[in-house]
Amino acid sequence: MNNKLYGNLIFELSKEGRKGYSLPKNNFGSYEIPASMQRAEEAQLPECDEMTVVRHYTNLSNNNFGVDTGFYPLGSWTMKYNPKINEEMAALPKFQCLHPEQPAATTKGALALVSLLERSLCELTGLAHFTFKPYAGAHGELTGLMTIDNYHRSCGDVRKKVIVPDSAHGTNPASAAVCGLEIVEVKSLADGTVDFDDLQRIVAEQGAEIAAMMMTNPNTLGLFETRIPEIAKLIHGCGGLMYYDGANLNPMLGACRPGDMGFDVMHINLHKTFSTPHGGGGPGAGPVGVREGLQEFFPFVSPYYGNFGVMMRAYAYILSLGREHVKEVGPLAVLNANYIKESLKDVYELPIDTICCHEFVFDGLKDKSTGVTTMDVAKRLLDYGYHAPTIYFPLLFHESLMIEPTENESKETLDAFIDVMRRIAEEARTNPDEVKSAPHTTPIGRVDDVLAAKKPITTYRQLKAEAQL
Amino acid sequence: MSKVIEGLYYSESHEYVRVEGEYGFIGITDYAQHALGNVVYVDMPEVDDEVTAGEEFGAVESVKAASDLISPVSGTVVEVNEALEDEPELLNKDAFGNWIIKVQLSDPAELDALMDAKAYESHCAE
Amino acid sequence: MTYKYFPQTDADLQAMLQKAGVKDLDGLYAQIPESIRYRGDYNIPLEMSEQEVREVFAKLGSQNQELTCFAGFGVYDHYTPSVIPSLLQRSEFLTSYTPYQAEISQGTLHYIFEYQSMMTELTGMDISNASMYDGTTAAAEAMMMSVAAGKKANKVLVSAGMNPRTRQVLDTYALHQGIELVTLPLKDGVTSRENLEALLAEGGVAGVMVQQPNVYGIVEDFSGFADACHEKKALFIVDSVAADLAVLKTPGEWGADIAVGDGQSLGIPMLFGGPYVGYMCCTEKLIRKMPGRIVGMTKDSRDQRAFVLTLQAREQHIRRQKATSNICSNQSLMALFVTVYLSLLGKQGIKEAAQLSYAGAHYLCDELTKTGKFRLAYDKPFFNEFFVKYDGDVDALYQRFIDAGFLGGVKMDGGLLFAVTEKRTKEEIDNLVKIAAL
Repeated sequence: MNNKLYGNLIFELSKEGRKGYSLPKNNFGSYEIPASMQRAEEAQLPECDEMTVVRHYTNLSNNNFGVDTGFYPLGSWTMKYNPKINEEMAALPKFQCLHPEQPAATTKGALALVSLLERSLCELTGLAHFTFKPYAGAHGELTGLMTIDNYHRSCGDVRKKVIVPDSAHGTNPASAAVCGLEIVEVKSLADGTVDFDDLQRIVAEQGAEIAAMMMTNPNTLGLFETRIPEIAKLIHGCGGLMYYDGANLNPMLGACRPGDMGFDVMHINLHKTFSTPHGGGGPGAGPVGVREGLQEFFPFVSPYYGNFGVMMRAYAYILSLGREHVKEVGPLAVLNANYIKESLKDVYELPIDTICCHEFVFDGLKDKSTGVTTMDVAKRLLDYGYHAPTIYFPLLFHESLMIEPTENESKETLDAFIDVMRRIAEEARTNPDEVKSAPHTTPIGRVDDVLAAKKPITTYRQLKAEAQL
Repeated sequence: MSKVIEGLYYSESHEYVRVEGEYGFIGITDYAQHALGNVVYVDMPEVDDEVTAGEEFGAVESVKAASDLISPVSGTVVEVNEALEDEPELLNKDAFGNWIIKVQLSDPAELDALMDAKAYESHCAE
Repeated sequence: MTYKYFPQTDADLQAMLQKAGVKDLDGLYAQIPESIRYRGDYNIPLEMSEQEVREVFAKLGSQNQELTCFAGFGVYDHYTPSVIPSLLQRSEFLTSYTPYQAEISQGTLHYIFEYQSMMTELTGMDISNASMYDGTTAAAEAMMMSVAAGKKANKVLVSAGMNPRTRQVLDTYALHQGIELVTLPLKDGVTSRENLEALLAEGGVAGVMVQQPNVYGIVEDFSGFADACHEKKALFIVDSVAADLAVLKTPGEWGADIAVGDGQSLGIPMLFGGPYVGYMCCTEKLIRKMPGRIVGMTKDSRDQRAFVLTLQAREQHIRRQKATSNICSNQSLMALFVTVYLSLLGKQGIKEAAQLSYAGAHYLCDELTKTGKFRLAYDKPFFNEFFVKYDGDVDALYQRFIDAGFLGGVKMDGGLLFAVTEKRTKEEIDNLVKIAAL
């Protein structure tokens, strides 16, 4: 790629006097901003013409890999196809122009969309109400926990403990801490599911203090918690609520609804299950759903309807699939995952050999004698034109390699990926150095993390100061 | 194998105390620096801060991990090892040679609850 | 079964089911207890073609009323240059995830580095994170950060000049965190330094938060605020409208420890409340206390300059409940939006746009005052937003504006808060004033 030619920072392309904008004329007469208001030093922003800006960012995009580029089996993130029609709908001027403080009588269409999306999500999850304020999955999680905390407070109940499986996403404990709650970890069995005996012990000892239990189902290993009805009964029995982390909702479309499993509160990552683009890390949306009666405890975590543009995309997706196809999402995603798993388990270590849901975890290569690690396999995949799976998560295994293909991938794509994974396993034996030094074909090689963290250079100003030393 | 030095007091969370008179020099053990990998930052308290046995007084960060520092003893911080601000990697080079904080001990009896070199060695082997 | 997003043919299905060792798709869920299987037919609309989806959205859109916007209150109607939507739709940006694999994510990492550089230039601060959800949650994160940095102090003073929506979000987070929020009252429309010093003297204050311009649009004078805070070991937090910092004295120049706010004013469409982008900047000393992603420069194995997510040890996936925040991503695409905007407008353009907004707002204020029915509620300097009292029925006036196709500010405290951006023409302002004079 053209990293050498176009690897500059926009600041390095700047030349005094150039401009990339055009503004209307000032027809208002002379209104001068008083000097007392003004900053002493001007912001050192670049000065570039329009095409330079366009070319710069176009070339930067060429150094990126997205779902539209190729197979992106990043476990836990549900990198499904982001339909183009959704983008067009979210860009409609009749919505783009709405100021959020406009009176309701002038925003009827937007408000109708909110309630139509809410109704659809209720139907798909088995819950009764949704708030759209949360901006992201983690924000939804926090909102859900605040809802639970508000509920217990309203009952005059001091419950500050949240049970979280030790295999949970790191966000769960972090969200609980921000909500002022304390984590109690419940152990996992060897197969990654909740140790029910340990859970019973926790409930027996601390039941009166338990605010909620947070779970993903299927769990972070892609396995369905079959004892979920008993778990919900146990937690409800001690006065706690069940929280569903919607990160892994995709395989449940067409199979199970969190509300029916006994969950009281959940968030949905619209950017996972409902096909809105991840945008390099955001914006997403994390609407929170609750059982009837809990909606009055929704907290004020943002001023308006969250990331409304993301909601528009999700609704376009739901309409496109419709009743007929939304229920096919889960089964096809699960089939794709199982197909890869079964096709690779003779060369990659499969610690839990059973039917998985939408994703599964290998514990590195089966043949550990080569010294080739999960990191090496991931980097070598980049050479072959694939995004890497999620690596070193979950923490239950040392060499976790978590693969989630989504329902959108064809058998040919999966077969080609399987071939490459097998080829890498072969290379690990025959030419391990090639794998350990991968990637070779990407715009840059492996980066020095230690150098970056030891003396952080995070701005152009620091970069220039450093260069002068 | 990680190094263990005689004559120091050790905690289960892999800190050590070297006692000189009424002062204790607290750092992390060689085993701890091994487990962390390349140390990139040491979060230290300020002089005059109080530390309490069993409670956190700072953290050591590597690229992919962070570990709280748990004080093995109680007392007042009288000095912090400023060299670690610019060269946190000193902990990787010589964990026992580079203490993190110097504390005026408020209760030397607390030392009795800590491990000696031999006990710590078997603690690490577990 | 094939559908446009599902490529599996019947033959594919058979081959794959066989490999998976199950008879049919239902067999994939055999482990799930039947009592909780969903066997119903979701009550949602039937499948729609693209054309039908378009019709639904067009119909919904037609129920919205497009108004010429003179409202602000934290959300401003600035112009979006055509370049931006076109670049944001590049699918290598749009359809990628967080740049964990630095080798194939240099595009994202590179622009985040530029974003951080630009935000520090705008705010006059040392460090910026990779962006946050929006301005209100960035303020909440700053509040929590000050308490975390302040060790034992647990009180945060919040100026009554903060936007009430931001304050509501702060109240929410503070309630659950057990942080004590104390309102710092205004005197004559601005935060009073005497009140600040009195409240600081009571002790236990971790942070002090003010807004610039404040909720009445007034540009406040924070001289001496930072010193007063630092004397009592409290952090000084300034929340500003990003576009205004093109010309206004910066949080850095006021001596702030943390600068936060919303970047929406940098050309992001209003879109009924989001997505926008929050920014957070701080002093170098606080870098490891800052929540959110940070991109840093480094080298790769081929000795080339490269960018990478750094200081990750602060984050939730490593620190879990001890993380600086539960935030695990940034508002990346909107950070790209702001980065391209600032690249296009550059050093001069942002100042010119700010001057236009300033001129338009002052022209409107003058013209409204001339009608004899409006007066500025406070005789204080303002930038592009101002608060007036009206001799008459505010509700009726506001409705007259709507009927004529104008969003005539935001109703507040018995008056109207007007905002003007570079998008408003003299003709639009004159027409608004005509209605106001009726």
